[in-house]
Amino acid sequence: MRLPIVFGCFAAAVTLTAQADYAGVGRDATPAEVAAWDIDVRPDFLGLPPGSGSVEDGEELWIEKCSSCHGDFGDANHVFPPLIGNTTTEDIETGHVASLKKGGAVRTTIAKVSTVSTLWDFINRAMPWNAPKSLSTDQVYAILAYLLNLAEIVPNDYVLSNENIAEVQQRMPNRNGMTRDHGMWTIDGKPDTHNTACMKNCKKEATILSSLPDYARGANGDLSKQNREYGPVRGVPTPEPGAAAPAAAATDDKTPGPPTAILAANGCTGCHGMDQKVVGPAFSHVAEKYHGQADIVSRLSGRIRNGGSGSWGSIPMPPQPQLTDAEIQTIVEWLAAGAKH
Amino acid sequence: MTSKKIRPGRLLKAPESFLDPQFIAEVKQHGFDETRRAFLRKSFLAASAALTAAPLGEALAAPAQGDPDILNLPPWTTTLGKPVASRPYGSPAKYEMNLVRRESPGLASVSQASVAFTPLQGMFGIITASGLHYERHHQGWEEIDPSRHRLMINGLVKRPRVYTMDDLMRLPSVSRIHFLECGANSAMEWGNVAVPTVQYTHGMLSGSEFTGVLLSTLLEDAGFDRKRGQYLLAEGADGSSMTRTLPMERVLDDCLVAYGMNGEMLRPENGYPLRLVAPGIQGVSWVKWLRRLEVGDKPWNAKDETSQYADLMPDGMQRQYATIQEAKSVITSPSGGQKLIDKGFYNVTGLAWTGRGKVKRVDVSFDGGINWHAARLEQPVLPKALTRFNIDWVWNGAPAILQSRVIDDTGFVQPTYTQLREVRGTRSVYHNNAIQSWKVAESGEVSNVQV
Ligand code: HEC
Ligand code: HEC
Repeated sequence: MRLPIVFGCFAAAVTLTAQADYAGVGRDATPAEVAAWDIDVRPDFLGLPPGSGSVEDGEELWIEKCSSCHGDFGDANHVFPPLIGNTTTEDIETGHVASLKKGGAVRTTIAKVSTVSTLWDFINRAMPWNAPKSLSTDQVYAILAYLLNLAEIVPNDYVLSNENIAEVQQRMPNRNGMTRDHGMWTIDGKPDTHNTACMKNCKKEATILSSLPDYARGANGDLSKQNREYGPVRGVPTPEPGAAAPAAAATDDKTPGPPTAILAANGCTGCHGMDQKVVGPAFSHVAEKYHGQADIVSRLSGRIRNGGSGSWGSIPMPPQPQLTDAEIQTIVEWLAAGAKH
Repeated sequence: MTSKKIRPGRLLKAPESFLDPQFIAEVKQHGFDETRRAFLRKSFLAASAALTAAPLGEALAAPAQGDPDILNLPPWTTTLGKPVASRPYGSPAKYEMNLVRRESPGLASVSQASVAFTPLQGMFGIITASGLHYERHHQGWEEIDPSRHRLMINGLVKRPRVYTMDDLMRLPSVSRIHFLECGANSAMEWGNVAVPTVQYTHGMLSGSEFTGVLLSTLLEDAGFDRKRGQYLLAEGADGSSMTRTLPMERVLDDCLVAYGMNGEMLRPENGYPLRLVAPGIQGVSWVKWLRRLEVGDKPWNAKDETSQYADLMPDGMQRQYATIQEAKSVITSPSGGQKLIDKGFYNVTGLAWTGRGKVKRVDVSFDGGINWHAARLEQPVLPKALTRFNIDWVWNGAPAILQSRVIDDTGFVQPTYTQLREVRGTRSVYHNNAIQSWKVAESGEVSNVQV
């Protein structure tokens, strides 16, 4: 939101001394600076820049920029809970998403969000995830129009704009689904629960309502490696599900583990899952595809360094000039050995 | 088996004749040097792992007189140590590598929009080592060049302002110790027990000393509109440019923009070089890599105030702006996934905190909440900070259920799971502050249960 700047530089300097006397600290922002950063859009559309975009254009942009992670119809579940689904025409009438109350259904973004401004604001500031703030204003309108169309909030031939977005708000499926009636906004708010500090014989017996299922004991890895090896307690050894006996694995297996630090520090894991396609192929699928090929090391080294497309689809892998040769070698040796993780 | 292995420093009975006569002869001849000691240690462990109660081995002459780690001076007692500044920054001992931040598998499929949990099970006091402070990012973390970082204040202010780090570090500074808890801490446990240890049940929690400038100082410098400006938007400089709405009443009370954490600059994962510190308020509002503050007259309904960080209530309504973290406590040791090494005396220890003020009392139960005993609160007990509690316990080897229950200075008593679910159901995701239970089995193994 923008306010007119009423003070010139001279006036500001005078106010500064009069007001707080932090002489020489900070300065007034220029209108251009405020405009560059003040990108938020409120539910009353304060801050929404003028522009427009059609469902049709949005579909094309969606396929190009968003579908690799969110699915062609905003319904993919592998990077994030789906954006679209589980709302009905009846919800659009009532402004309450029935599936939220009923439970059992995946809570999609469109089922939860109450204001269309939220989606405009977020797509504009943060998406695509790996290239935030790369969309033009009209592109944001178009992509949002496509998402709204998928949710059957606007028709196929709709052109969303700053002029008609307030009408769309009146059709948001969960527009009446938010409450601020609770005691957790103010410091002296009223709590929900009222336990008492009973000290003796507070109940007859302690009934266990839930305990960790056996199969989940090792789901978080070997707990004996997550505690000190001295002190009052030890971590309980919990082999991960499906893992071989730890002793055998430790002595016989020389296969390199994933170079986690390098992959994380260079953003590889943003586009590649271990077993899942994200934007690029899963590392395990890469390992499988080139398994046993004589030129696997040189081929993959070159591809990681220089990027490119065509082996897995039309989306290009960006070049990685920042990696050292040694880092590339570590990654490729791990892939060549089967991408064990 | 392991119970023998896990009691170093005790005089163990040697399993019979696990040392061959040749080794004993060598020891007699060359003395008990490092090579032979290492060999002995290895075979002793192997042997004691294979055998349980065994009579005193005649072969082990030296240990019979006492602990070999006392009787035979270790290398650190008999060698020259390393020079100063050989590790100019410093790092934990190599024996401490088990206690690190960890992700919980299956929680998120990409590590840039995920959580790494703090290993509470092995930590002491009320300050979290900066390198172990939990991480929660939505779009990865950045390492911002501080000389190019700016903070802007705009909106309902007389003069929109810009500050460099040079500016901010010249302004009157305060240092405050506060807890920081993600609104989704313990989220996986709403419906039932899901994860094994306190690292995963409660590890989106930290306590630190923050240094920076009070927000009231900056807002006054910008001449904010006290009457209309009831809300403040905070926005990050990273790709996600996370935004959150804060109540002005809270902001003026004790919020700050912080550059320092635990005596050094913030770590990059925690918002270097500047983050919001909003004491008592859920972590998502402590915007990292803070670039902008905007004063406004209405809340913003940001993505993380509508689609995420809104608590789904049983009637299908989503509770927005559940901001304050209510009182909560947890026993950190002994805790799930650990095993007591023996019967006998233990110091049971844990953490308590409340977003509404100070911890007044913590009670501990060893029988699943039938009887309770007041724990010792360690000093200092600070507002909106972690409070460490301890209590003596002699474990007699019988099954037990350990619980802690905090009472804060508003008189609020931490709820049971049953009480919490009565109001909030099981689908809330956020703000689970129920009493945590740890079951101790006869074997000494501790596991996560709900009572
Ligand atoms: C590289 C993968 C990727 C791409 C490409 C991508 N997204 Fe996302 N998107 C994500 C991830 C991961 C999140 C969750 C971010 C978080 O935790 O805040 C997300 C979150 C969202 C959300 C909010 C969901 C919610 O309920 O909180 C919306 C809306 C969204 N994306 C829209 C888009 C649009 C529109 C595009 C294309 C312009 C796009 N995304 C491209 C990965 C991606
Ligand atoms: C912005 C997304 C993105 C990032 C970041 C990224 N990749 Fe890729 N990567 C891709 C895509 C898309 C492909 C498929 C290209 C194709 O079809 O040829 C790919 C392909 C690959 C391949 C297979 C090449 C082949 O010839 O089959 C490897 C190996 C690989 N990436 C490794 C990495 C490593 C290592 C990193 C980090 C240093 C990384 N990628 C970062 C998107 C990405």
